[in-house]
This record gives sequence, structure tokens and C-alpha cells, in this order.
Amino acid sequence: MQILTRLIPLLITGIAGLVMIVSAFIPYTSEWGKIAGQFFNILAAFAFVLGGGNLLKVHLKKISDQGAGWGYSGVVLVCFLVTLFVGLFKIGTYPNPSYPDVHFSGETQGTGSGFWWAYEYVFKPLTATMFSILAFYVASAAFRAFRAKNFEAILLLGTAFIILLGSVSAGVFLTDWIPNAGPFGDLRLENLRIYIMQVFNTAGTRAIMIGIALGIASTSLKIMLGIDRSFLGSGD
Amino acid sequence: MNFLNNLDRRWIFLAMALCVGVPILVIGLTGYTFPETPTPLAEAFFDEVDVAGEAKGRRANVLLAFDFDPASAGELNPMAVSLVHQCAQKGHRMYFISLWPVGPQMIMDAVNKVIKVHYPEMVYGEDYVNLGFKAGNEQVIKVMGVDLTTEFRTDVEGTTLSQIPMMSGITNLEDFDLIAEISAGYPGSKEWVLYASTQFNIPLVSGMTGVQAPQLYPYFPNQLKGLLGAIKGAAEYEYLVNQWVRLDKLTGILEQAGLPPGEAGPLAAEFAASPDQVSTWTVSAAASTLSPEAKAALIEAATEPIPGEYLEGQRRMGPQLFAHLLMVFLIILGNVIFFAQRRRGGGS
Repeated sequence: MQILTRLIPLLITGIAGLVMIVSAFIPYTSEWGKIAGQFFNILAAFAFVLGGGNLLKVHLKKISDQGAGWGYSGVVLVCFLVTLFVGLFKIGTYPNPSYPDVHFSGETQGTGSGFWWAYEYVFKPLTATMFSILAFYVASAAFRAFRAKNFEAILLLGTAFIILLGSVSAGVFLTDWIPNAGPFGDLRLENLRIYIMQVFNTAGTRAIMIGIALGIASTSLKIMLGIDRSFLGSGD
Repeated sequence: MNFLNNLDRRWIFLAMALCVGVPILVIGLTGYTFPETPTPLAEAFFDEVDVAGEAKGRRANVLLAFDFDPASAGELNPMAVSLVHQCAQKGHRMYFISLWPVGPQMIMDAVNKVIKVHYPEMVYGEDYVNLGFKAGNEQVIKVMGVDLTTEFRTDVEGTTLSQIPMMSGITNLEDFDLIAEISAGYPGSKEWVLYASTQFNIPLVSGMTGVQAPQLYPYFPNQLKGLLGAIKGAAEYEYLVNQWVRLDKLTGILEQAGLPPGEAGPLAAEFAASPDQVSTWTVSAAASTLSPEAKAALIEAATEPIPGEYLEGQRRMGPQLFAHLLMVFLIILGNVIFFAQRRRGGGS
């Protein structure tokens, strides 16, 4: 067995997993869980560095190959490097009031800083725009794909109508004639929406969640015991 | 029918743009909002924030986790603003953190809109603190459960926690009376349920995007004490907070004017229920003992317009209404075309 590529990663995985389980059930060992968690958080911070490295590698290769859309890779790299530079060197930040002479004591994202400017005027409008575009595609998809082809589709359509109308004041307007306190009050669209979400949805979601939890537990056990080694990238 | 079947999708895009754009313009110009009826979920969220800390008889320590980014800010920012509004009015100590890299900007946005403008008397480090972003997803929550200072050694400005007065006595999650979380995905509400509220038995309330809400409903009301789903939940909660803040201000004025709390509360509720009849109730027998200054303050508190930032959720329900109606119309139209074609023996 290769020690560095197999045995040590398997031992780390098994011991870390065991520590996390033990620390959750035995209060005396909660400190062990904290230490394992700290290790994880350090690794998570390193993942940002790896992510940056990977981004550079992928886009530099695209530029080098001059393949279709290589110009976009150039834009990505320029934005990445400029943001990194502005953030790392705290361009335009104001020092912490406790240390007014130390430039690097300032908050990276403080109002008026370069990082804040890039966020406020570039990142924020771009991401909000991307998310907003979804409304247009959803409307187009609803027109072309949402068909009452069979009984299940009709059920889905009916539920969608209740949720869509019950989530806005149209639901109140349409079924306002049903007395809320009367025996048929639950048939008002806004109440039907809550009923569907809290009863049908909860029952279905809970079943899926229990299934997923059991699956995660068995997969985790297999990984910890070294039976499933796919995470090592060996393919076995 | 052929025209409809081959309808250029740009017409649908235009219809959606009008359904969203026109209400935004009209609501922006007129200030009109649709009435909201709070659901039990929004009421539970409000109540949990309202009673935080009462069991221990102290000013509540509330951990506010803003785990979202600008992509979902349209949906979540109004509930984040209302949450800070309620906590500030209630006088809770607010500890802001984020498990999302751009979460600190979301925190700053809410703080700038609410605390800096409407509660300038609140002191940073004594009444609220921004601990910023920490990488590590659910592991951050797990470590915070044992030792918070391991994860957060400084606040977002780089000040060490030992120099921040309100961090005194805060060692781990169990020192908080409530966790209030606004979530747009992973890590978010589910991780706070699994690793904080369940494990340490800390009350947790959460606001989330519409796509997340169905997955979190099973946790209500045990692990999640309150739940706000999407802009609808935000609008309901915003309505509750605005009503309560007005009532709280009226009660404060009446108590300052010398009325005992037992009388001031019900009287303020009566006044708040009919703010348009302000000139009538200030000359009523119940208000006969009030000074002219107190009556003027009452009239001002009852009639002052609600600031725009506290109406964002309710305003956004307008575009949502017309967008939903368009969706329903498009689905019906699509099915009419589908069945007409099938009757004529056309394609599926």
C-alpha cells in the first residue's frame, strides 16, 4: 500500500470522522471536536488559495490556446487580479481609529475603500442582474413546458396555481368571499397555500430528508472505514 | 393559433418586464402598498425576537447571521432590515456574523439603513458588533458552539474581542438568547438547525429564499421557532414590526406622560388601531390627563410616515403580484394551445 497516497489520507479521514462523532456524544471530548474543526477551517481557508490557483490555470490555458471565447478568460483574469490586489493591499481603506498611523489596520471592506467600490458598483449590480434574468426565463419556460399531459401533471399545475396565487394578494382577493372563521375558511387560497406547505410539502420533504440522512450516515461510515476510497481519486 | 404556438419569447420577456417595471414605477410614485395578513410563521418569528432574553431577565444577546449575497438581496434584504429594526427598537444586543464571503457587506447595508440613521444613540461595541465573515461553513458553527473566540479573534475592523465591551461574558453559542439567521443557501438555515439550535438547544429563527423554504418547513416549530419564506414572509414580518414599533413608541410617550404601564399599554393599542382618528382620541376622556406636549408627541408618533426602507418588502409584493398573475396566464395560455393542437392531431 502506498503510504503517502493511501494509508495516511485514510487514517486522517478515519480518525477525524471518529473524533467528530465522539465529540458530539461525549461532552468530555468536545474539545477534540473543536481542534478537528479548527484544522478543517484552516484547510477551508487554504481552499480559497487553491481555488484562485485553479482559476488562473484554467483561464491562462484558454488564453494560451486562443480557443473560442478566450477574451472572456482575459476579462476574468484581469478582474480577479485587480480585486485581489485591491483587497490584499487594502487600497483606499481608512485606518482603524485605535491605530490611526497604521494603514493596514483598516477594514478591507470599509465604506469608501477600493474593495467596497468594486463590490458596490461592479459585483453587486452584476450578480443582482444575473439573478433577475431568471424571472424572464422562468416565464418563458412556464409558457412552453408546463403542460397538463397526465394526472400527475394536473396535480402539479393545480398546486402551482394555489401557491402562486396564495403567495400574493390575488389569493386574498379571489377567495375573500369565504369567511375566514367559518368551516370553509381553510379553502381560502392563502390558507390552502399554508396547508400545502405545512402538510403535503413537510411530509414529502421529511421523507426525503430521512432517506438522505441514512444515505449520508452509511456513506460516511464506508469512507471512515476505508471501504469507499473514491475520494482518494483512485477510482476503486 | 399558429402565431401563439410560435410566439417569439421576446414578447414574453417584454410582458414580464412590464409586469415588474410598471408596478415598481407606480408604487414608487404613489407609495401605495398591498395589505398584508401575517401568517402564523411570521408571527412566530416576530414573537421569538420579541421575547428573547426575557426568561433570563436581561437584555438579550442576539446572534444575527447574514448568510446571503447581492444575488438574493432583493428577496432577503427587507427581512434583514426589519430584523435589525425590531432588535434595535427592543434594545437587544446584536452580534453580526456571516458564513458567506460577501455577507459583511449585507450586514453593513442593514446597519447603515437602520442603526446609523434611526438609532444613532446605539454605540458600536456596546449595542452591536460586526464580527464579519469566517470561512469553514458548518465547521465554524461547530467550533463556535464550544469556543467562539477561537473562530473570531477580532471584529471586522480588526479590533480584538477583549477590547469590545459587549463581548465580555460571550464564550460560546450558549451565551446567546437567540440566533436569527437570514439564509440564501449553503451554508445557511439547515446548518444552523443541525449544528446550533438542535445541539445546544438555542432558539433559532430564520428567514430564507423561496426555493429554500419548502426544505425547511419540516423544522418548524421545533428546531426553527419562526420562519420567513421569500419576499412574502418579509412583507408580513415587516408589517408586524412596523405596527409594533408604532405601538411601542405610543406606549413610551404615554408612560413618559405619567400613565402607569397597565393603562398606557391598552390605551396605546387603542390609539395605534385608529391612527387616522388621532384628533379624536387626544381629546377623549382617557387622554384628559396628558399635557399638550405629550398630546403633540402622540399625534406625531401616530401620523408620521413609515420610512421607505421599512416598507421595501411590502412594496416588492406589487411587482410579485403581477409577475405571478402573468405566470398563471402564460401557463393557461400554453395549455390552451397544447389542447387545441392535440384536438387537431398536431404534435405534443
